[in-house]
Amino acid sequence: MRSSLKAEEMIGLYRTMCRIRAFETKVQELFAANMIPGFVHLSIGEEAVAAGVSSVLRHDDFITSTHRGHGHVLAKGAEPRRMMAELFGKRTGYCKGKGGSMHIADFGVGVLGANGVVAGGFPIAVGAGLSCKLRGTDQVVVCYFGDGASNRGPVHEAMNMASIWKLPVLFVCENNQYASTTAMSYSTSVERIAVRASGYSMPGVTVDGNDVLAVRDAAAQAADRARRGEGPTLLEAMTYRWQGHFEGDPQRYRTKEEVEEAKVRDPILKLAAALRKKKLLPKELEDKIQNEVQLEMEEAVRFAQESPYPEPEEALEDLYAGDVAQAAKGGLA
Amino acid sequence: MIDRELTNTEAMAEALREEMTRDPSVFIVGEDLVAHGGIFGQFKGLPEAFPGRVIDTPISETCIAGAGLGAALTGMRPFVDLHFADFTTTAMDEIANQAAKIRYMFGGQVKVPLVIWAPDGAGLSAAAHHSQSLEAWFVHTPGLKVVSPCLPYDVKGLIKTAIRDDDPVVFFMHKRIFGRKGPVPEQEYLIPLGQADLKREGSDLTVITYSIMVLHALEAAQQLSRDGISLEVLDLRTLWPLDWEAIQRSVSKTHRVVVAHEACLTAGLGAEIAARIQEELFDELDAPVVRVGAKRVPHPFSPPLEKFVIPGPHSIIEAVSKLLGKQI
Repeated sequence: MRSSLKAEEMIGLYRTMCRIRAFETKVQELFAANMIPGFVHLSIGEEAVAAGVSSVLRHDDFITSTHRGHGHVLAKGAEPRRMMAELFGKRTGYCKGKGGSMHIADFGVGVLGANGVVAGGFPIAVGAGLSCKLRGTDQVVVCYFGDGASNRGPVHEAMNMASIWKLPVLFVCENNQYASTTAMSYSTSVERIAVRASGYSMPGVTVDGNDVLAVRDAAAQAADRARRGEGPTLLEAMTYRWQGHFEGDPQRYRTKEEVEEAKVRDPILKLAAALRKKKLLPKELEDKIQNEVQLEMEEAVRFAQESPYPEPEEALEDLYAGDVAQAAKGGLA
Repeated sequence: MIDRELTNTEAMAEALREEMTRDPSVFIVGEDLVAHGGIFGQFKGLPEAFPGRVIDTPISETCIAGAGLGAALTGMRPFVDLHFADFTTTAMDEIANQAAKIRYMFGGQVKVPLVIWAPDGAGLSAAAHHSQSLEAWFVHTPGLKVVSPCLPYDVKGLIKTAIRDDDPVVFFMHKRIFGRKGPVPEQEYLIPLGQADLKREGSDLTVITYSIMVLHALEAAQQLSRDGISLEVLDLRTLWPLDWEAIQRSVSKTHRVVVAHEACLTAGLGAEIAARIQEELFDELDAPVVRVGAKRVPHPFSPPLEKFVIPGPHSIIEAVSKLLGKQI
């Protein structure tokens, strides 16, 4: 427990994690009830990473997210109701029903998009970092990724480029131990992704990704360094994915015991216990937060359910920014 | 009358200089730019004129293209030099999955003012990894605009427009046209995307084409005129959005069509244009549309092999002969 954080900041972290958990638990139920089309990838158990990192970001900072990105997007300031509407495929969703769970963006709060391609966010984050540098701002960019993404080629190019140009990028590895169904111990040449940072002359830090305060501390240092113009950091947060790779995953690659054992390290319970010990989370406050969060997510679901689907023809909109009629002129559609 | 001639290289540099002067968010990023002013000298003078805005990169095409996108999403107007069109293959996720789709996928929230520029084309014995014309891939990808001009006037006007456009533009220039000269006015001008240009008026037959094949078509037209055959040459300049009205006009006038490109014939852009002409303009046609394109092999190295594989003026003459049913 770090003493430098004020009580309300710690309660804020607790609330953010609870919001992510509540959002995703709702999604889990709705998906099981066949109310959400497509696929969903949940980050239940990994909430401390998004909450801790986002707590050091400003409104005008940027993030790139992943297919398992609800938490990152929510923690950066996106509205749950518009996220939920997007998951339902409704017109009121962030992407008017064109993106879905794997493609949520809110450019208004600096979310440059979740991404359906593993490691797809890396070059985009580097470009956003280059843009910050060229525009002379002290904004930073967080590039969230998983342990699976760390083995893709663009990661090497992006880390090298961010390093030579000293770009304000935080490469945040949410290490949940599995790349889809493949264990990190099989797929990855190192035990800790963070050691790869030395190949790019940047700091590489591994923290307990279930300890939101540890994540926050490490992210704060990395963000400060980036804002000072000293370049990128690779921050690895060790955590665990409670759910399958996708909802419905039969999970033949791991045992139930392993999952149950990991749940003991619940990041929300961990912070709650620490807060209680410091008498910062009385029962009434805990109940109040849980209650508010539940109401917020229920309202989000109601909003999504009550929202209209887009008209089929809306599938032809939003492709080009310029003169759409002119651009479409060449098409049969 | 325009009394000034520039090469394509000079026209391109002038377009960039004007746009970089006009808009501080424009910058150029790619490999080997600063020391040599680009491999064709197309950025000559720009690194000195705009310090810090012509940026050399490591050999990392994936990240160069993706970084262009990231910068475009956050307030800049990047002009990405991908060195050779062949190297778009190493950045296909960034171009076709990310840049092309991001606006649509996110419900129109954002503009993507990005130019991906690359020299393409064969004829220099550069062999299979430095000779391709891959425009059809990008025309096939919703969300992209594709430009491929061949004369300095068009190059300058279209580069300026592509930079100002709020959508991702893939801009190809054939590597054998850089030294080609042509009139370019002193005063500023823009050419809209999606506007074809009639490079030669004719009455017997239309050659619908773009890039270096425009030059080949003009040469063929010159030769054929001696045999009393009058060729119309329509330079598409922009491949998407396609100027369908210009195609319609010309087809309705000559009633015979050759579609020609240097790219592989099979499933090339010519196939799309020919298909659409027969769907929509069947009654205008006096003969089937004939296509001209490269043979379906990778580009071989040895000059006689390469020459055999790629089309030239002779290919257009052969196509015309086939279409008119007479030996020329």
